[in-house]
Amino acid sequence: MIHRLFGQRENLAPNYIILGLLCAFAVIPILILGFNSLKSNLELGENSIGFPRQFQWSNYPDAWEQGGFAVTMTNSVIFVVGTVTGVVVLGGMAAYALARLNPRGSNLYMIYMLSLSTIPFWLYAVPLFILWKNLSLLNTRFGLIIIYIALNSPFAIFLLRSFLVKFPPDFEDAARVDGATEMQVLTKVVMPIMWPGLLTVALVVALGVWGEFQIALIFMQEDEKMPLTTSYFNFMRRFSRDWSLTAAGAIMMILPVLIIFMGLQRRFVEGLTQGGLK
Amino acid sequence: MTANPSIQDTSSRRTSFLGKGMEVRRGLLAWALIIPITLVHLVVVVGPGISGLYYALTDWSGIGKAEFIGLGNFVELFTEDLNFRAAFRHNLFWMAFFLTVPMIMALSAASLLAQIRRGAMVIRSMFYLPYVLPSIVSAFTWSMLLNPSLGIGAALDKIGIKGLDHPWLGDFRTALASIAFADNWHWWGFLSILFLTAMQSIPVDLYDAAKMDGANRWQQFRNVTLPGIRPTILFMLLMTAIWSFLSFDYVWILTQGGPSGASELVSSHLYKQAFLRFEAGYAAAIGLTVSLMAGCIVGGFTILRRRGWEI
Repeated sequence: MIHRLFGQRENLAPNYIILGLLCAFAVIPILILGFNSLKSNLELGENSIGFPRQFQWSNYPDAWEQGGFAVTMTNSVIFVVGTVTGVVVLGGMAAYALARLNPRGSNLYMIYMLSLSTIPFWLYAVPLFILWKNLSLLNTRFGLIIIYIALNSPFAIFLLRSFLVKFPPDFEDAARVDGATEMQVLTKVVMPIMWPGLLTVALVVALGVWGEFQIALIFMQEDEKMPLTTSYFNFMRRFSRDWSLTAAGAIMMILPVLIIFMGLQRRFVEGLTQGGLK
Repeated sequence: MTANPSIQDTSSRRTSFLGKGMEVRRGLLAWALIIPITLVHLVVVVGPGISGLYYALTDWSGIGKAEFIGLGNFVELFTEDLNFRAAFRHNLFWMAFFLTVPMIMALSAASLLAQIRRGAMVIRSMFYLPYVLPSIVSAFTWSMLLNPSLGIGAALDKIGIKGLDHPWLGDFRTALASIAFADNWHWWGFLSILFLTAMQSIPVDLYDAAKMDGANRWQQFRNVTLPGIRPTILFMLLMTAIWSFLSFDYVWILTQGGPSGASELVSSHLYKQAFLRFEAGYAAAIGLTVSLMAGCIVGGFTILRRRGWEI
């Protein structure tokens, strides 16, 4: 009764109109990028934002060839795999210890981690560069991966620790009663519980490293070891007049991201909203 | 059980003894698991961070010996370096922009999205999409779209909407705002999903009660939604203020601070000093200054909170 009296159906049309415009704002630039990647340069001159009249698929192999994508994509994959492995293994170990083994000082350690993750990159960028140069880690894959691991792990430790704390430690205790060693508890019992959390961390870290620009710009200056992002930066400036080529390159860079995004949307959104607060 | 207290006694003593040994072993194992990642941190962040404090007080090219000059770098930074002063002003604009434009867009989008069911998931993913793209790709896309002869402006010009075919990134009056616009394109949607997640934890009863009292949608937004997600809003305002001093990618990719310094940010100025002019000591001083500013924002926030401001 009350609802019928007071709760007149709200008109949602304005919502859809405004949300539709915002969606257009978010998506249309990406569509135009896709359109332009299929045009010839001639067509781009007169039809710079519309649907392509003729599909010039050869832009893709051309961009792949001229932008050296075979090399730089391999590099990016190495950086992603190396960083994800490091963060998941080292960060996962620390998170497990902090959540379950409750060593003395673990609260203090969490505070240390929190303050650590708020130190601005520019405070230590220059000394880190010099240090890496002196240690001969500059322009090495290992050196860059170490930096990525350091910068991504505080978030991983926070997320994995809070993930573990939610589960009661009963299974682990049961395994210990049955005579399992701590290592067995970790690999046989804790790992399966942590799995979804580890996957989220892996996804967020992989996305971050795939698109990372500024650290790679500083710490990786040799062409043949550059990741996609910085080598694309050079490519984009070299072919600044040839947009069909550069647009095709950009699409090749984001294609893996888009495919994974479509497939794992939920985990993406969850992980990134937590990860965005790192 | 009560008939044989001695057995119970020994067994309990045994567990506590075992427990203690276990506890020590588990403590050792715990630190063995924590130490590796801690070492990585110390080497990459803490060590260089501390040495940065010292280098900021030196004149140093990055090679050879650093010459101690006290506060010389800071004197130069604040009294002579006009580029830094301009960059700092640009950073203030940048901060003001990101504290308002994306916030307003994200809050409106999230509150509109929270009211609908049909299509909400699709809209959510669309808002989210730009955030997952690498900065280099979004920056390139906007350099294309903002181009005066081939971008959106030129296309609109052809169909009769004049005046938008402006060299947005090439004109010193519009360069900085255009870069902020491109950066915001990839940021606001993510922010709106953060706000939406927070809004979904507001109890529906509160909205029902407000409706019963005859509150219209604006009043519901002001009196239920905003107070409900205030912690999230304040946290994001604080983080935005800090991040605005670190922003680098979009400026560097789109203009590298140009034309003639019109879009220089503190970070791009620092990058040039350190890696193009090899003034490592001076760059460290800029880095320290930026960090102190970020620190001041956090400090101010904490003090206001201690004083009982409800933030």
